[in-house]
Amino acid sequence: MNAQLKNRPALKGFARRDGRKGIRNVVAVAYLVECAHHVSRLIVQKSGADDVHLIGFPGCYPNKYSLEMMQRLCTHPNVGAVLLVSLGCEGFNREQLRRTIADSGRPVDLLVIQQSGGTTRTLNAGLDIVRKMRAELAKQATVPMALNELIVGTVCGGSDGTSGITANPAVGRCFDWLIDAGAACIFEETGELIGCERIMASRAITPELGAEIEACVDKAANYYRIMGYGSFAPGNAEGGLTTLEEKSMGAYSKSGSSPISGLIKPGDVPPRGGLYLLDVVPDGEPRFGFPNISDNAEIVELIACGSHLILFTTGRGSVVGSAISPVIKICANPDTYDRMADDMDVNAGRILRGAELDDVGREIFSLVENVARGELSKSEALGHQEFILTYKQFEPIGPACLPAA
Amino acid sequence: MDTGKLPPLLLLHPDDNILVARRDIAAGERVEVDGAAFAMPVAIELGHKLARRALEADTRVLKYGAPIGSMKVAVARGEHVHLHNLRSDYLPSTSREIGNNGKTDGH
Repeated sequence: MNAQLKNRPALKGFARRDGRKGIRNVVAVAYLVECAHHVSRLIVQKSGADDVHLIGFPGCYPNKYSLEMMQRLCTHPNVGAVLLVSLGCEGFNREQLRRTIADSGRPVDLLVIQQSGGTTRTLNAGLDIVRKMRAELAKQATVPMALNELIVGTVCGGSDGTSGITANPAVGRCFDWLIDAGAACIFEETGELIGCERIMASRAITPELGAEIEACVDKAANYYRIMGYGSFAPGNAEGGLTTLEEKSMGAYSKSGSSPISGLIKPGDVPPRGGLYLLDVVPDGEPRFGFPNISDNAEIVELIACGSHLILFTTGRGSVVGSAISPVIKICANPDTYDRMADDMDVNAGRILRGAELDDVGREIFSLVENVARGELSKSEALGHQEFILTYKQFEPIGPACLPAA
Repeated sequence: MDTGKLPPLLLLHPDDNILVARRDIAAGERVEVDGAAFAMPVAIELGHKLARRALEADTRVLKYGAPIGSMKVAVARGEHVHLHNLRSDYLPSTSREIGNNGKTDGH
């Protein structure tokens, strides 16, 4: 590993029953249908606490993916306790979700608005429950946590012609060093890796895994072809990117140069350290629209795979954060950084003005450690807690996808 | 850091046939490409691409040493390479002005 990054003080974690550790101890308030969203939001807002986060699923009809995602999210190591809020008549399997959370050793409670007597009564009951949960969590002390217990995800949003030259390769360096230290790192959005499939396959630890990677990028290309166009926004073009495969090559550099240890799907937690590719494109015929309707949908899936924190690179200037896991913002474009410095944790655009890639990579690495010791990222401090979860459908991964498991 | 001393164009890989603007470059500004100095035919914004040399129609465009699409038309050295003259070899791109770019150019 990079000599300057050795022998550093430990991270701080909250120990969970499943052996994992969290770098935050949040109370999640989860609505189980859009009809319970407002009441849940009121509970979060009126609690007045930054560590009470709003998550949820808006659909009324049951869906295997959304149930699995909610189970993973509610038992994420950064979550200490959960309050579920149901309207009462929706199809979500609230009892299974509640059991999964209880079995994980976390305090959990359920309010059903139709039984509680409407908005105001549910709100007051919810505030009381959240107050007690926070008091309980406040008693929990942190324990030392090592880098090899950390999972880091990366995503790009608002990419431009600078992203693939500055922020993305700087995250790639940081990923290489984190993996050397034993951490698990996840990159994703196979639809934004179209054009990189052969290079990626050649980095797989087995030929069978390489074939799975090529097949999953083919699946993404087919899915987007049916949607009508690829994952390419007008701002990408305004920032100098012309084609999807150009955007892909830039995005791909976030993965660094480590071998690819596995191909996982939303909710699969990496079994050990190493580099993992997350397949976010649904299996089967397209049914529910675009694979990821906005950056936060990808972030939520990275978190469902156990990511403790997210490295988010942006050229045009995204401001989002996330519920559950802190988001570190790495700005690729020096002009964007000058305009939006309050939202950006790292100015990777300074590489275009003569700074070294390794220096920016080291800065990101240090920030990962500091945020994993409790320091707030910029988006966290600004109160960003975006969350979105929609319908999808996946088949389980095949045996060739995780050769190391 | 005095950015004025840094060359305004980046060659990301020796095989590339495009260059990337390290900062906004004005039309008429003198730049050097592969040892030859010339005046920029058009203005180029930070992060955008220009032709390293004259490119024929259907030329594979290389960036990071990897293909990023093919030229729709021929361009001269120094020309802006973007949606109006470069197409994806995979899926069409979209823009606010013309919607689904692929549908307007028949790709």
